[in-house]
Amino acid sequence: MTAHTATAPAAAPDAPRTPRAGRRRTAVVLALAAGTAALFVLTIATGSHPVPVAEVVRILGGGTADDPRWAVIVEQVRLPRALTATAVGAALAVAGVQMQTLFRNALADPFSLGVSSGASMGVAAVVVGTGGVAGSFTGGLAGLGRVGVVLAASSGAAAVLALVLLLSRWVRSAVTLLVIGVMIGSAATAVVGVLLVYARPERAQQFVVWGLGSFGATTWPDLHVMLPVIGFGLLTALLAAKRLNALLLGEDYARTVGLNVRRSRDLVLFGTSLLAGAATAFCGPVAFLGLAVPHLTRVALGTSDHRALIPASMLAGAFLALACALLSQPPGTDSVLPLNAVTSLFGAPVVIAFLVRSRRGVQGVSS
Amino acid sequence: MTAPATGTGPGGGPDRPGGLTTRGLAVGYRSRSPRRRQAGRRAVLSGLDLQACAGELTVLLGPNGAGKSTLLRTLCGLLPPLDGRIHLGGADLAQTSPTALARRLAVVLTDRVDPGLLSVRELAGLGRHPHTGFTGRLTAADDAAVAWSLAAVGAGHLADRPAAELSDGERQRVLTARALAQEPEVILLDEPTAFLDVPSRVALTVLLRDLARDKGLTVVVSTHDLELALRVADAVWLLDRGSRVHAGAPEDLISSGAVAAAFDADHLAFDAASGTFGLRRTARAEVAVDAPAEVLPLLERALAREGLAAAGPPGAAGVRVSWEGADRFTLTGPDGRAVPARSFHELTRTVRTW
Repeated sequence: MTAHTATAPAAAPDAPRTPRAGRRRTAVVLALAAGTAALFVLTIATGSHPVPVAEVVRILGGGTADDPRWAVIVEQVRLPRALTATAVGAALAVAGVQMQTLFRNALADPFSLGVSSGASMGVAAVVVGTGGVAGSFTGGLAGLGRVGVVLAASSGAAAVLALVLLLSRWVRSAVTLLVIGVMIGSAATAVVGVLLVYARPERAQQFVVWGLGSFGATTWPDLHVMLPVIGFGLLTALLAAKRLNALLLGEDYARTVGLNVRRSRDLVLFGTSLLAGAATAFCGPVAFLGLAVPHLTRVALGTSDHRALIPASMLAGAFLALACALLSQPPGTDSVLPLNAVTSLFGAPVVIAFLVRSRRGVQGVSS
Repeated sequence: MTAPATGTGPGGGPDRPGGLTTRGLAVGYRSRSPRRRQAGRRAVLSGLDLQACAGELTVLLGPNGAGKSTLLRTLCGLLPPLDGRIHLGGADLAQTSPTALARRLAVVLTDRVDPGLLSVRELAGLGRHPHTGFTGRLTAADDAAVAWSLAAVGAGHLADRPAAELSDGERQRVLTARALAQEPEVILLDEPTAFLDVPSRVALTVLLRDLARDKGLTVVVSTHDLELALRVADAVWLLDRGSRVHAGAPEDLISSGAVAAAFDADHLAFDAASGTFGLRRTARAEVAVDAPAEVLPLLERALAREGLAAAGPPGAAGVRVSWEGADRFTLTGPDGRAVPARSFHELTRTVRTW
């Protein structure tokens, strides 16, 4: 057999990976990590009552603050918000990466294909059924209630994702699929509207506020549910990197290199539903992050290789989510802008400019 | 490299290493009938006993719709066979796990590939999938295999280029390198030359034959490029319109008339002597030709296009074409008037009015 196999010569050190590409990736990842850490501290420092950056660092490091009120603000309000932004940013970015590869569609992300709407539907069902939403509705909710909301949101997300995946078998055009996703999202939103008729008015109003998106409504008990779920989702994505790479050339090529395509699709569907479901359950549907971050990261890294793309997208997603959190609470004022207003106002033009300028970026996964 | 073996028994036996054999293979589609319930089977080809040998370039020829792609997709495991067996070396394809199969058989499909932001090296590296571990990290050995495969297709200098920027010919080379990086025994290629210009077609076809010869690979290629295939291929599987398969060396199939039977059409005639196709047209008139031997073929081509047959040595009267040197002609029409022509173009325009 060996005589008739196209066997490459034994490993010779004559094929070094180009150091330039590797160095660029390392530099991008380090820069993103540093930027994320800086924004994390900055997000905690700013707000209606500014806390000096040095104090923030000291409190985060376990030290005691000069002013005990600062410690309370940081630990009970600002730190949960910053952690939420970091986790949700990473979750949506990685969900976007996986969906764009799975659908081979540059415009896929949890928001654009209606997956967030599906998650909303799950949340609305819980609101009507039991009268509680995670995050915004912390009063009187036990841990199980939060888990229930996350499960409902993830199930709604998975239902929509499976439906879109099914339809994508017959639809080749990226744009047509996007329109279908928008339609499914509209249908899910309509179901939410109907469900809310049967909810108590104050619940319905809280739901509407939740729908505007916010990183600021989570508490520590919320985080105890959200962080493990998102962490698990991110881990499945990291473990799926090899499978996602095999899918880059399409399902037929993936099968001929030995990939079990159906199992991979199920795995990605599961992980993406968890990520989008958990993010949406606690923060509402957040636009733009899942779509834009993968593109920006691909171009920054200069590759579509998921082994680099997924970790870097986590950092880039966290970075941009923190930046949006920062902008949604303009320093020195008490007003809080709706998160989606910020992500869309600042994000949509970035995406448009990016797509218009970088044709290669669009071609990244479009079909 | 090795002589074609005859009659390797199914189920193993002392098969030669490498090589692809089918026994009673039927390919086609299992389709659900509109009324559901009973699953319909639409066999495109059946009863195939074929063999592609290691070290040889086997070319799959046939008119459109004859089932070339269906056969190739079945051979590489993308479609389940309706009946019969496929053996890779001694192993039954149906008994081989997907990863084990991917280490022995690689393909280049007709699917349009969108390489995104992958570099050529990364694209070829995707072929290492069945060899890498759980994380997909490429070891030094994997990197060496990728570099080797790129060098084998003459694309080593492209390694750091973005794959999206390649020309059609370069991209097919790199996709072939991706298949080679799987370190297979068998490579199947579905119309790899379809969108290439003539020099790239020739280069790729010759490359595939060299890979078969030099690396001892079993290479099976489907193509529409009949004349080139008949010139380069070591063996041909010819699908005719009646879903029969003829196998043999190109010359066997030409002399048996199978090639002509499969491809002849109203306007196309296969010339067995030259192994090429010509337009079949009955001439509307004969023209006396007076030209030296080196000009004669071109002149006959030009006249044939206008429906005129060149008749032997010029007679005394009637229509005639005389070569005057340096692509200048004197044309004597039916009315007896002599007209000068300073190029083939002027010549054809003038004789068209005769």
